[in-house]
Amino acid sequence: MLNYIIKRLVASIVTLWVIATATFFLMHAIPGGPFDTEKPLPPQIKANLEEKFGLNKPLSEQYMMYMKNLLKGDLGPSLKYEGRTVNDIIAYSFPTSAKLGIVTVICSLLLGTYLGVTAALNQGKWQDQLVMVIATLGVTVPSFVLATFLIYVFAVKLSLLPAIGFEGPEYYVMPVMALGGYSLSFIARLTRSSLLDVIRQDYIRTAKAKGLSRNTVIYKHALRNALIPIVTYLGPLTAGILTGSFVIEKIFGIPGLGREFVTGIYNRDYSMIMGLTVFDSFLLITFNFIVDILYAIIDPRIKLEA
Amino acid sequence: MEYANFELTKEMFERVPKEEKNIHEIVRPSETYWQDAWRRLKKNKLAMGGLFFVIFITLLAIIGPYLSPYNYYSQDFSIANQGPSRAHWFGTDPFGRDIFTRILYGARISLTVGYVASILNLTIGILYGGISGYFGGKVDNIMMRIVDTLYAIPMLLYVILIMVVIGAGLKSIIFALAIAYWLSMARIVRAQVLSLKQQEFVLAAKTLGAPHMRIILRHLIPNSIGPIIVTLTLSVPSAIFTEAFLSFIGLGVSAPMASWGVLASEAMETLYVYPYQMFFPALAISLTMLAFNFLGDGLRDALDPKMRK
Repeated sequence: MLNYIIKRLVASIVTLWVIATATFFLMHAIPGGPFDTEKPLPPQIKANLEEKFGLNKPLSEQYMMYMKNLLKGDLGPSLKYEGRTVNDIIAYSFPTSAKLGIVTVICSLLLGTYLGVTAALNQGKWQDQLVMVIATLGVTVPSFVLATFLIYVFAVKLSLLPAIGFEGPEYYVMPVMALGGYSLSFIARLTRSSLLDVIRQDYIRTAKAKGLSRNTVIYKHALRNALIPIVTYLGPLTAGILTGSFVIEKIFGIPGLGREFVTGIYNRDYSMIMGLTVFDSFLLITFNFIVDILYAIIDPRIKLEA
Repeated sequence: MEYANFELTKEMFERVPKEEKNIHEIVRPSETYWQDAWRRLKKNKLAMGGLFFVIFITLLAIIGPYLSPYNYYSQDFSIANQGPSRAHWFGTDPFGRDIFTRILYGARISLTVGYVASILNLTIGILYGGISGYFGGKVDNIMMRIVDTLYAIPMLLYVILIMVVIGAGLKSIIFALAIAYWLSMARIVRAQVLSLKQQEFVLAAKTLGAPHMRIILRHLIPNSIGPIIVTLTLSVPSAIFTEAFLSFIGLGVSAPMASWGVLASEAMETLYVYPYQMFFPALAISLTMLAFNFLGDGLRDALDPKMRK
């Protein structure tokens, strides 16, 4: 077990290093500097700016500086927001994104599992077909299409929900639906097929033969094992919600990380893009690491080799 | 013994009728792999629906723009923001451009991205996975470690970074998608090759002195064509989706050209007043993705009967 954890930890650190390095060189490969605006700056000001951000030093030295700061958790200053560092921006906008993300994960997990179980227990009946239709649509309709559709119906036509902003519970409804639509559908499909697999196994028949009630058999015996594949999906689920938030936060005007990322792209704020990429990757890799270990703990049949 | 005076008489024997003589022969011509797969695919209504829609939308993208009386760039403010009518089937946008025509041109861009990016990452993935699986051992170990490392990186982030570096545009999108999304293809091909290379026909080819690349390209890859086609079909909609996503956050093709993602992104601004401008591009994206997904699922069942649920 310990061996496995150490191996995974080393792999995670290597991955993070690859990401940080690749990001650094990609950002420095951009033709033209970050201060090449439409109106050319006076050469002296430009030189001063480059001096300030260390852009006039040789690339190798810049890389060493960047890596050293990164180890301290310092992602550097924003090139476009005067006097703000990338860390400031993350500290400000991450809580919003995290709240939205956590609510979305919980909603799609609970509702997705529920739909999956309903479909599996009514295999072939109308409930099953309805769930499969929802799941198919959810997987194929892009999140921004779903988001605009929701805005049109609930904000424009029915005036039920606010379309822009992020202040109270009612502001969560549409972003969560748009962001979680895909994962909900995926989880529903996964739960359905996994539960169908499990309820045909011998130990379920044994449980039934012992005279246990239907609910006990399903929820205590079958669902527990059926949910194991869902744990593996938790990693991709977070990744999807994280990248999905770029579009969703922009559409709903939510002041989170995703919107900052997109704004960074619009502004060509390279240190922002770089910092947020590294931060996002760090989050995902940490999460994947935890999920992998959880998975091994939950399912004792999994051999801890890698 | 009871059988001692058992006598064989001529009446006990009967000549086999002529038509029964050939009973062991297979009367009908045997079906090839493809005929068999096609027969299974034809039974799947959803997959056939998907196939017809894919063919339909592809043809429309190729010839549609020639049939339309409008083009995608001419602006005419006197007819701006008109709802769907007989003259403009899907209405017009804030610049008075015909939305139907723009969707047809958009289909060209979106489908080109989908097809070309998929074929490129198919090529990279097949070669990478094939070499890794065939040579095995150290080569395989190193090559797969690289894939594992890359796999942990959120690819969309990287596509965005690449797009920021090389600038927005059609070629950039295709390039970025091609170099980012070959990983799953490489894994699938490797798994196939690993199991296939143990079989006798590979040994036979080796004995006959065939070079490695010939064994990979002529023997191993053609035998894993089923899973490859399925992955390919399913990677087209994901490329189309990624392109729409990129266009939506402002990294797509530049005006006045418009992919479906750009159309949706432009319509976002006028959603409250002219929702039809969003409806049609959104419908085009969703239907195309749905069709490719149905086709891909159907192909999986048809090409690999063992995978059937």
